[in-house]
Amino acid sequence: MTKTISLRVDGKRHVVDADPAMPLLYALRDDLALDNPRFGCGLAQCGACTVLLDETAIRSCVYPVGSAEGHAVTTLAGLGTAAQPHPLQTAFADEQAMQCGYCLNGWIMTAADLLHRNPDPTRAQIKDALGDVVCRCGAHVAMIRAVERAAKEMRAS
Amino acid sequence: MKRTLFLTGAATLVVVAGARPQGFAIAADAPPPAETSLGAWLRMLPDGTVEMYTDKVEMGMGVPTGFAQFVADELDVPLARVRPILGDTATTVAAGGVGGSNSTYRGNAAIRNAAAEMRRILVAAAAKQLDVAPEGLYVREGVVHASPAVSVPYTALLAALLPDPAFPLVGEGFTAAPKVPATPKAWSAYTIVGEPVPRFDVRAKALGTYPYVINVRRPGMLHGRFVMPPAIGATVVAVDDTPLRGIGDARVVRVRDFVGVVASREWDAVRAARAVRVTWSGPSTTLPAQAELAAYMWAQPVVKTDAVKHGDVDANLGSAPLTAAYTWPFQSHANMGPGCTVVDVRADGVTVWSGTQKTHALKAGVADVLGIPSDRVRVAWVSDAGSYGRSGLEESAAAAALLSRATGKPVRVQSMRADNTQWGNKAPAIVARLRGTVSGGNIVAFEATLRQFNGNEIVSHPDVAGSFLAGQMAGFDNPAITYEFGQYGEASGTYAIPHLRSTAELIAPFAPRLSPLRTAHMRDPEGPGTTWVIESFVDELAARAGADAIAFRQKNLSNPRHVDVLAQAAAAAGWDTRPSATRPHANARGERLGRGVAFATRGATIVATVVHVAVDPHTGRVRVERIICAHDCGFIVNPKSLQGTIEANLIQSISRSIYEEVTWNGTGVTSRDWVSYPVAHMADVPDEVTVVMVHRPEVPPAGAGEPSSRPTAAAIGNAVFDALGVRVRNAPLTPANVLAALHAERA
Repeated sequence: MTKTISLRVDGKRHVVDADPAMPLLYALRDDLALDNPRFGCGLAQCGACTVLLDETAIRSCVYPVGSAEGHAVTTLAGLGTAAQPHPLQTAFADEQAMQCGYCLNGWIMTAADLLHRNPDPTRAQIKDALGDVVCRCGAHVAMIRAVERAAKEMRAS
Repeated sequence: MKRTLFLTGAATLVVVAGARPQGFAIAADAPPPAETSLGAWLRMLPDGTVEMYTDKVEMGMGVPTGFAQFVADELDVPLARVRPILGDTATTVAAGGVGGSNSTYRGNAAIRNAAAEMRRILVAAAAKQLDVAPEGLYVREGVVHASPAVSVPYTALLAALLPDPAFPLVGEGFTAAPKVPATPKAWSAYTIVGEPVPRFDVRAKALGTYPYVINVRRPGMLHGRFVMPPAIGATVVAVDDTPLRGIGDARVVRVRDFVGVVASREWDAVRAARAVRVTWSGPSTTLPAQAELAAYMWAQPVVKTDAVKHGDVDANLGSAPLTAAYTWPFQSHANMGPGCTVVDVRADGVTVWSGTQKTHALKAGVADVLGIPSDRVRVAWVSDAGSYGRSGLEESAAAAALLSRATGKPVRVQSMRADNTQWGNKAPAIVARLRGTVSGGNIVAFEATLRQFNGNEIVSHPDVAGSFLAGQMAGFDNPAITYEFGQYGEASGTYAIPHLRSTAELIAPFAPRLSPLRTAHMRDPEGPGTTWVIESFVDELAARAGADAIAFRQKNLSNPRHVDVLAQAAAAAGWDTRPSATRPHANARGERLGRGVAFATRGATIVATVVHVAVDPHTGRVRVERIICAHDCGFIVNPKSLQGTIEANLIQSISRSIYEEVTWNGTGVTSRDWVSYPVAHMADVPDEVTVVMVHRPEVPPAGAGEPSSRPTAAAIGNAVFDALGVRVRNAPLTPANVLAALHAERA
């Protein structure tokens, strides 16, 4: 039961023909050729597919594309650019808070949600907010430093 | 002219016409240079850019950045002018790819030699042009100077590099390097090598512009999936594709026991793989109950054995040696991304886009799957998720090759989570029995029997069809031509023990093919498990001797560097010197507190790790509160990259130590995802993670990708002993294993 679905992603309007029950991830990756929401598990267990729905981090691998209508979807590429990076992107790069980087989308997008809600999180709050994002390489220590650094930067600016 | 795609250090995908871009000695349409040419390693372009070709791909540890530091330093050009080109089989020399912590350790020779020779040639040309002796010249930022006022830039001298000079290769695999007249700079003369310059890949990764293989999209590309068997050794009886009606253009491709699906849209391929109705045979064997694994392994015939011995163990064990038995579980690479490959099989050649560690081997492997000569295949490297050895990542390559051949289209196969965790290769389980005697604080006699599944049942180089699950499904047997053991010394530290016998034994796999428990390299193959066994038992001997765990190790080690690394770990940790389990203490939550240490060498690298744990005696839960790792890998090429590599190794190895254990039932693996195969999360990150990088400027660099994953499990187990006074001998240190040890002690 294909339906025409209107999406607003990274500030641009798109129309896709899809089953509204199809996970949003496949619309973003396959129909819109966007690179950063990544398939990790398809089970909402790891976070690699995370996007912001308005200001809230959601896992696009289980979120029905039909339910995204009427919301603003933001991917990592929409968060910031080389010319105007988001402070989290700068901090993750400066701290080298990654090994392979496959999971990074999930960490930065989930941290963006956190810092939107709480601009001055404690270390415990950071660990809690990022508590169910997976990084298999184990870059967590640098990631904590990166989120703290970005939060400080955002409060100062 | 064929259009080709390759990856640059600036992390952009560049499509160029012809096999290689134009540069010195290479015409635009010239074939790739012979591996004996200087241009096979380094090329200087007319604008002064230095292209660096290497099969040491970026696995997230910064190896290509370190290589570029060598090039910039040898040539005296700014680092930003060096552009790494990684892994492409059409443009890089086959030098073993990435593996065994060898990239910087052994691979630095090739890149140093090539860069030194390029400099020598250019300086000689400058000497001629400036009419001075080469010895009187110096180079600054790519300009050769006789004096501040008299100079010529490298870019004006490129004709000197024509024709592309040829040098024989010395060594092979990881040690392959051009034998050149030039001598590289002394280690002490480097100014860029050794600096904490940023990794080339990190900014693009944070911005989301770094190329990953999951994002390779080709015209006309189909999405593919393949169907895993329901049980070990199950084969296909019948396939019914009628449930695919209504799922877009999805269709089934069957090659013997390989059942794949393809569709224009990815979601259709996912649904089709779930919908296709396959009738399977029963399992080819029955797996032993998981709780009986150790008994099963000890009852199996030994197919290969290896012994390290000296002195007379039997005469010196005495009448009451300390004895113990240990186990280490099967573990899964459980890659962050389950693995993706795009393959385009055409009449005029095959192109593979893969994030494999070993592109040249995969080229041979895909050719073997397709039954064609390997020179018809090109593998272009594009990053995938972290790999950690021969993981499940490459399984999609064989499947995509089969599906592309069958459809005549480029096919992208993205594995699903269970395809990777449940059906990817596994690190082998190990069981061990030990006996030992101490006297006067010294280890007198030490006997270990280590028994395991073959560490290399699936070869580390993915170069044969039968080493892929999809290859086995398509009818290829796994040749299983190599055997690998975890042996004392090779996979652990080495102590000065007068009477030693260590026997390593291999047993046969559960099934020769189509097994979800087939075994292969996983980060530091056999290292964490063997060191778990050896370093836990050494700790038992220290306790038997009534000695402090660090002082005891130092007393029984002979190499001063080994002793020093332990001392550095002790100092950084503020080590509480005393025999373990002699100072019971607890925190306000009632958790018992302890500290432990373990030591290991891996090749020329030395690691000592101290951990502090809090253990809940009622639940058995182990938390690592502090981890301090002292790490000596000789000359440090890039301390920033090294610190990130070690920190991540520590977290990953904590994960393996306290959580990771593949589970199964009678017919197959039941670890399928991040719930049924748990790994460490943020909550498990210790309050303190300290890395002490011991820089030895006089010692060439050794490997760093794996060694720090080696001592962690034993250090945690030894800390748990300090906290509880009870030895946990079955890894991982899960609540169940800790409680079982506590109950056994009480009984």
